[in-house]
Amino acid sequence: MLVRLAKLSCPVYQCFHALKIKKKCLPLCATRWSSTSVVPQITTHYTVHPREKDKRWEGVNMERFAEEADVVIVGAGPAGLSAAIRLKQLAAEHGKDVRVCLVEKAAQIGAHTLSGACLDPVAFNELFPDWKEKGAPLNTPVTEDRFAILTEKHRIPVPILPGLPMNNHGNYIVRLGHLVSWMGEQAEALGVEVYPGYAAAEVLYHEDGSVKGIATNDVGIQKDGAPKLWIIDEKKWKPGRVDHTVGWPLDRHTYGGSFLYHLNEGEPLVALGLVVGLDYQNPYLSPFREFQRWKHHPSIRPTLEGGKRIAYGARALNEGGLQSIPKLTFPGGLLIGCSPGFMNVPKIKGTHTAMKSGSLAAESIFNQLNSENLQSKTAGLHVTEYEENLKKSWVWKELHAVRNIRPSCHGILGVYGGMIYTGIFYWILRGMEPWTLKHKGSDSDRLKPAKDCTPIEYPKPDGQISFDLLSSVALSGTNHEHDQPAHLTLKDDSIPVNRNLSIYDGPEQRFCPAGVYEFVPLEQGDGFRLQINAQNCVHCKTCDIKDPSQNINWVVPEGGGGPAYNGM
Amino acid sequence: MAELRALVAVKRVIDFAVKIRVKPDKSGVATDGVKHSMNPFCEIAVEEAVRLKEKKLVKEVIAVSCGPAQCQETIRTALAMGADRGIHVEVPAAQAESLGPLQVARVLAKLAEKEKVDLLFLGKQAIDDDCNQTGQMTAGLLDWPQGTFASQVTLEGDKIKVEREIDGGLETLRLKLPSVVTADLRLNEPRYATLPNIMKAKKKKIEVIKPGDLGVDLTSKVSVISVEEPPQRLAGVKVETTEDLVAKLKEVGRI
Repeated sequence: MLVRLAKLSCPVYQCFHALKIKKKCLPLCATRWSSTSVVPQITTHYTVHPREKDKRWEGVNMERFAEEADVVIVGAGPAGLSAAIRLKQLAAEHGKDVRVCLVEKAAQIGAHTLSGACLDPVAFNELFPDWKEKGAPLNTPVTEDRFAILTEKHRIPVPILPGLPMNNHGNYIVRLGHLVSWMGEQAEALGVEVYPGYAAAEVLYHEDGSVKGIATNDVGIQKDGAPKLWIIDEKKWKPGRVDHTVGWPLDRHTYGGSFLYHLNEGEPLVALGLVVGLDYQNPYLSPFREFQRWKHHPSIRPTLEGGKRIAYGARALNEGGLQSIPKLTFPGGLLIGCSPGFMNVPKIKGTHTAMKSGSLAAESIFNQLNSENLQSKTAGLHVTEYEENLKKSWVWKELHAVRNIRPSCHGILGVYGGMIYTGIFYWILRGMEPWTLKHKGSDSDRLKPAKDCTPIEYPKPDGQISFDLLSSVALSGTNHEHDQPAHLTLKDDSIPVNRNLSIYDGPEQRFCPAGVYEFVPLEQGDGFRLQINAQNCVHCKTCDIKDPSQNINWVVPEGGGGPAYNGM
Repeated sequence: MAELRALVAVKRVIDFAVKIRVKPDKSGVATDGVKHSMNPFCEIAVEEAVRLKEKKLVKEVIAVSCGPAQCQETIRTALAMGADRGIHVEVPAAQAESLGPLQVARVLAKLAEKEKVDLLFLGKQAIDDDCNQTGQMTAGLLDWPQGTFASQVTLEGDKIKVEREIDGGLETLRLKLPSVVTADLRLNEPRYATLPNIMKAKKKKIEVIKPGDLGVDLTSKVSVISVEEPPQRLAGVKVETTEDLVAKLKEVGRI
């Protein structure tokens, strides 16, 4: 979020590229560099190959327009929308005028939203005490909560005692995409300027280094948790039931588990998914295929038999908890929601904390904008109160209580060690132990070389319960304007084959839930090259996180592209 | 200075990239929450009208859409592309489902007369029903000449030259204004609605009227009995030799 200085000096600019390039003006791009390294050029994106040095851009008129707002919010998810709505509520209460602009890369609000989801309504109630009258889509209160450990053939139920993080009493099963969409309507009704289909691509700075604004994407240039929605047989439908499992098919050293929620929205709909911790070590692991084989477990399969898969998606979740939260404010802006990462990991819930962080941000910003003797050292406002207020709120308390549960899964007993730890230190002691466990380093460093690991034999999809990757990707409705540079950029085009493929057997072809990365044989001679099918991308960001060489840099593609989730 | 005025009709349809699903009761396609956008051929029609305005051959471009409240988003996109003002013919959601080419044609005909336009642009067909009828019916109701499947349009004083894509190749017609033109794929490449233009478009006017105000009756004489998905494509069968292939084809009675 970016904030402006209230009085006379520099407002925030929101600059826009409006490149109107006719295709005829640009010559065909065939810039292959040859000689010693025969690496075909993969990356053409301007963040890696700057335009100033590219002859093709000489003489092209690049118009940039600028607009000012009081507050600019990037991302219309639960956090961004909560912040926008809260700002407008406060403005109305105090009779002030605050111009709030919200940009969102999805073509419509909710189209890139993906969750599950089991919502703790605490923050939502604060924002909309009258949500029921207003018709918010919280239609399915949780009626039944089950937790189990799966082995290959069996299911061991685990009792959920009140006070354990997995207890969902009072919560709702929602289709987060629909909830976000509803929030978007509320925001617009309050006067927030919402601009879906526009991706914020660059941060702009004042001379003093504080953040000035954002620039949206160029247009017109010439080139871990995977959930699904199923309609099931009505006889198997138990609206309000929440099912979680751990164990098979993941081993105890691979953090993860599944969810299966029965929605109550007219049709017998279930949302199901598998979460896989990206700190897994085996490069042969494919989260997508683990998900497919999980569905065949004898306790899961019957629910899905006779049903029909209607949607698919994937997203990387930020589960570092308290230990991974970065500095939250900077001159000119602040971070809210899952960007810094406020998810309560054992509960697998982050929506409520995201919303609260948005609300708190709005309140802190409004106070500063409104204050009489506003002085700022920098042109962009630095709202340090936000971080202070967050630390005093229930968000911090909640995250503090569960901070050690995820790291406790790194021990010898793996996930089961984590469960034992949770039982003792969370359930009984409520996280009051004086120590804070650390994470074991970045996810991308955790892969072992392929030669030290065993390949996993995944069963073939049967087309009824389990499916192949490409038909699933088609269900996500993802699409990108094909005539744009691939937004999956490589810092060094030679690394995928020389390092990722040779040492780790190309994990990107397995961890991408959309089949973006493929190692195809070279047309001439032996060896392979990396083919990036950028059009398939569902914007999950796993590749940027898990690439062992940290060579892949996900940048935002042209706004409007990406998945078209409907109520996921 | 040109005094010509153009009316462009745009339709809000399910986005082409979305994987559609038939409702369980077979009454139609599921549209709730599904991503919608302007019909691609309508975009081309808007683009052509705006280009004529930029060439100063047309003075004003009006965008019109018939349907429920969400149509205003589609009209806003047309405004962001360069149309001057919009008209939303409001039809409640339930009735909008039974809105077909003939009813829309009646509305457009009345509007064209009321606004005294010289040109009516439409997309050749909508990607949801593929009817390819609205432009032609409107021309018939107005008794105006029509140039459909246009791949090139040139204004010549009080006439318009339209190059049409037809089965056998290209046909060029000269029509007297006022006339109806429907846009085909190769007419132009529509511009992107950039954010500053979307912001400016918010200030442009959209007039909301009811079909009754135009004296048009929207009752449909067509009722949909059922909508079904096409049969699942069965996997192919691999054969070893040409003889096997011929035998298999004979077996299923294909030869």
